[in-house]
Amino acid sequence: MTRTPLFANRSVLIVLLVLALFTVFVTLASQATGFGWISTSFVKTLGKTLCLCLIAIAMDVVWGYCGILSLGHFAFFGIGGYAVGMWLMYARTEQIVAGSLAGQALPATPEEISAAIGTQIFGVVGSSEFPPIWAFAHSLPLQLLAVVIVPGLLALVFGWLAFRSRVTGVYLSILTQAMTLALALYLFQNDSGLRGNNGLSGLQNIPGLDAWGQDWISIVFFWASALALGLGYLLFSWVVSGKMGSVIRAIRDDEARVRFLGYHVESYKLFVFTITAMVAAVAGALYYPQAGIINPAEIAPIASIYLAVWVAIGGRGRLYGAAIGAVFVSLASSWFTGGGAPDIDLGFYKLVWTDWWLVLLGLSFVAVTLFFPQGIGGLFDFVAVKRQGDFGPDDGSWRSEEGEAK
Amino acid sequence: MLRALLLAFAVVWTAVSAGAQDLQSVLQENPDLYANPSRRTTEDAVAALVASDLPAVPVFLEKWQAKDVWQRSDGQFFYVTGNGPYTLIDITSGAEVGTADKAQMTQIKPNSGVRAVIGSALVRFQLLDDDMARRSAALDAIARDGTADHLDPLAASIAEEPDPALKQRKERLLALLTARFGTTTDARVAAIDSLSDDISVDVRAVLNQILSSQSAVAASLPEGTNVARIREPGRDMTINEAYAELAAAGLAQSTVSDEILTKALVDNIRNGTVAGTPVVTLNTNEARVAAYRLLVEAGKAQPFVPQDARQAAVEAHVFYDAYVEKDAAVTDAADAALTAITLRVGVMQTADLALDAISLASIYFLAAIGLAVTFGVMGVINMAHGEFIMMGAYTGYVIQQIVPDYTLSLIIALPVAFAVTFGAGVTMERLVIRHLYKRPLETLLATFGISIALQQLAKNIFGTQARPLTSPAWLDGALVFNDVVGISYIRIAIFVLALLFLGLILFILKRTRLGLEVRAVTQNPGMAASMGINPDRINMLTFGLGSGIAGIAGVAIGLYAKVTSEMGTDYIVQSFMTVVVGGVGNVWGTLAGASLIGFLQKGIEFFNPSNTLAAQTYMILFIIVFIQFRPKGIVALKGRAAGN
Repeated sequence: MTRTPLFANRSVLIVLLVLALFTVFVTLASQATGFGWISTSFVKTLGKTLCLCLIAIAMDVVWGYCGILSLGHFAFFGIGGYAVGMWLMYARTEQIVAGSLAGQALPATPEEISAAIGTQIFGVVGSSEFPPIWAFAHSLPLQLLAVVIVPGLLALVFGWLAFRSRVTGVYLSILTQAMTLALALYLFQNDSGLRGNNGLSGLQNIPGLDAWGQDWISIVFFWASALALGLGYLLFSWVVSGKMGSVIRAIRDDEARVRFLGYHVESYKLFVFTITAMVAAVAGALYYPQAGIINPAEIAPIASIYLAVWVAIGGRGRLYGAAIGAVFVSLASSWFTGGGAPDIDLGFYKLVWTDWWLVLLGLSFVAVTLFFPQGIGGLFDFVAVKRQGDFGPDDGSWRSEEGEAK
Repeated sequence: MLRALLLAFAVVWTAVSAGAQDLQSVLQENPDLYANPSRRTTEDAVAALVASDLPAVPVFLEKWQAKDVWQRSDGQFFYVTGNGPYTLIDITSGAEVGTADKAQMTQIKPNSGVRAVIGSALVRFQLLDDDMARRSAALDAIARDGTADHLDPLAASIAEEPDPALKQRKERLLALLTARFGTTTDARVAAIDSLSDDISVDVRAVLNQILSSQSAVAASLPEGTNVARIREPGRDMTINEAYAELAAAGLAQSTVSDEILTKALVDNIRNGTVAGTPVVTLNTNEARVAAYRLLVEAGKAQPFVPQDARQAAVEAHVFYDAYVEKDAAVTDAADAALTAITLRVGVMQTADLALDAISLASIYFLAAIGLAVTFGVMGVINMAHGEFIMMGAYTGYVIQQIVPDYTLSLIIALPVAFAVTFGAGVTMERLVIRHLYKRPLETLLATFGISIALQQLAKNIFGTQARPLTSPAWLDGALVFNDVVGISYIRIAIFVLALLFLGLILFILKRTRLGLEVRAVTQNPGMAASMGINPDRINMLTFGLGSGIAGIAGVAIGLYAKVTSEMGTDYIVQSFMTVVVGGVGNVWGTLAGASLIGFLQKGIEFFNPSNTLAAQTYMILFIIVFIQFRPKGIVALKGRAAGN
């Protein structure tokens, strides 16, 4: 072996190269740093799409590689968004409040400022007290820590309970969906402490960066998203390569057999479930400042199912497939529903794509499941098969060694 | 007592003025009393009228109260019609007796106090009116807004009441009025005791009214106070709260609140300093208090009240709640009665909650029973199950548009909904699910794709707003047992439907050839095939059956909920959880799961009725934990039937 298993798969290098080129291109084309070919809002859309790619590859690892169809990863995505949103909202409100309190005769005490922020943020749900959940909202580092720790802990506890009692397959899917639904319903309450169905808003205004303007902020977040995606891709390439990758895929293919071979299946599953949850949360923490608003509807079970749709259409069991799926479906979705697609006049009926896009998506999803289980990513096999041995889509691990007859 | 005396006096008076046998002559005995009535004199006037016992009196009282009585310049009283010249109507006979000019007539306008007196006298007549509707209306008025004045007329009218139901109402109302306004303690206590087994809302309102109390504080308990409870500072309230109450009652010097403190500081800013402290440093509470103390020392602000002074002041006073009602015997009786009633209401509420829970459980059961067949028996995850429910509901809606008679359309809708969703289910099984039996996770995804397509299709066809599915008139209304326990007929119908389907599914699975073949194919398709069963056909029929039941459930659910394209998503997760919690592969398990979830959700809602979202959240959390301990559900299959 001359190369590390991680880079045995050239697709990692290719993806990183494509990502780097794309980032440079968008930077050059943006309004803040380049020639202004791309509007600021579209830069934000691209940045958000990169975040969706990140959660899609996380989903691919947990589902495509480990065989756990989690219908709860968007919940972790949302928790990440909420965690960072709390600081954004607190800090920005603090600025506004400090400005308005500066006019009074006595300088404001910390208690007065805190009470004023509370009234400002929670007035919409008829409260002015800070719930305990906001205890760390004043501190960016603590909230950033919460972005990974809260979903990590939640995934750890949930996964431990579920895997320990050997809940597998569709039962686990339903259980994760129930978890997501419970979280969404909880957040929908006004007394949940997170502003009920109003959610957190005004997240696009970054405190301390007021002078920058949205065009610059959009580029900063685009770069951050691209960096996170690159690092996430490397991380997951490492996770699914080597011996650990082989075990994880083996769990997908026959969990009982792996257990009988002496591996502690639960630990592997728990590791994969937790680390993907944390990466999903990071993606969410980068996504929502670009979206500007987060509310409980984002966490609804349907979002997690759509995530599975992206991965399935892009191609399970290969990281770039999941990323392609996320890009393809989310951009196509905004093209069709945004009125980009021309309506088709059938003579007797006018096909308006904003109405029919979901029908098309649903049916194409059925078609992909039935006829192209490899998804869009499967197209690359036509190119790659000739040079490598046919070890399926999972090369990059030790699968080629495993395939050699000994 | 005064009234009784007056009445007696009036009787004697009337008897003395013998020969005054028509109303006009009664009035003419003392015309001024009626023409210029005052609050003080009206009691006599009304008593005289009542004592005369003339048939025309009730009408006269009504007209008098409504300012419809006029006096002619010669002192005679008439009712009039027309806008002048007026047509005069005799007050005794009601016949027209000529006309009069405007100038001759004076309208009699009793003030509101007088009208109230007349009104309470009128009640006596209304309660004895020959028309039962009027008697009932009078009772309604008293029940709405009873006063002490109603007590005597009501008591007097009971003996003569011919209608037993109305008599019972009168007696109950009398007890209610006596409890509040009775003249003697014994009468009130007796009335309260007689009410103590009545759980209706108005009784509880009356008792609460008797038991209304006011918080107060004093140096010592005033004489004659009917104490509801003594509030102990330190136990029922903090010392500071107690002191604030003292200060509010003016019994102690008020404490320095944040507002007073800030205002004193602001008022004393001189050249950017307060008592020598620079203003810019006053950005903490400690600094502000310190600066304020300096102001106090300079005599420019009110001093703080030290903690031990507050303690002493609080201890020197007694804090209590006093009943507005002064009679302790009455409040004790009311308290005891209310406690007894509260206990009964609690029992009734539990019964009502149980009814609610059964009804919710039957809805969940109905939504999940189809899934129990497709998922439970066949092991196929059908995410489009909710959309089959929606399809059934829309089928019902469409049929109601064609057949206007609601009963008939419901009878047609049930089999048609079954047929439509049966067809849809079979089509889906043939086209999609058949190819995915070996890949259950992908069945989940493919059926989800179908689910979003169907949802959007429904939205395109029927629009986004909710469509009504009207229930027939005989399903309107509710079965009401008492003020607490009641259940609407639709929910009873859904319960009956759920029972029917439980029986039907059990019959099909356990007693028919199809059921036998279904169970055989589920356990071992290969072996079943070699026994001459066609697994393809059986799978198709089973899936169709499960889907068809979803369609019927859709009609039932549509009757009490709105029909929208998204209604299926409300039920799909719950339905899956019902099946999983109950135990896959067993219809009884689904029943157990639906009951558990229904009762649990209603039980949690009971503790926090305003928040159904919280109830659902906690219920789902419970289910997640429950599955940890019983992963195979409540009714777990054992042995060979459990498969792998």
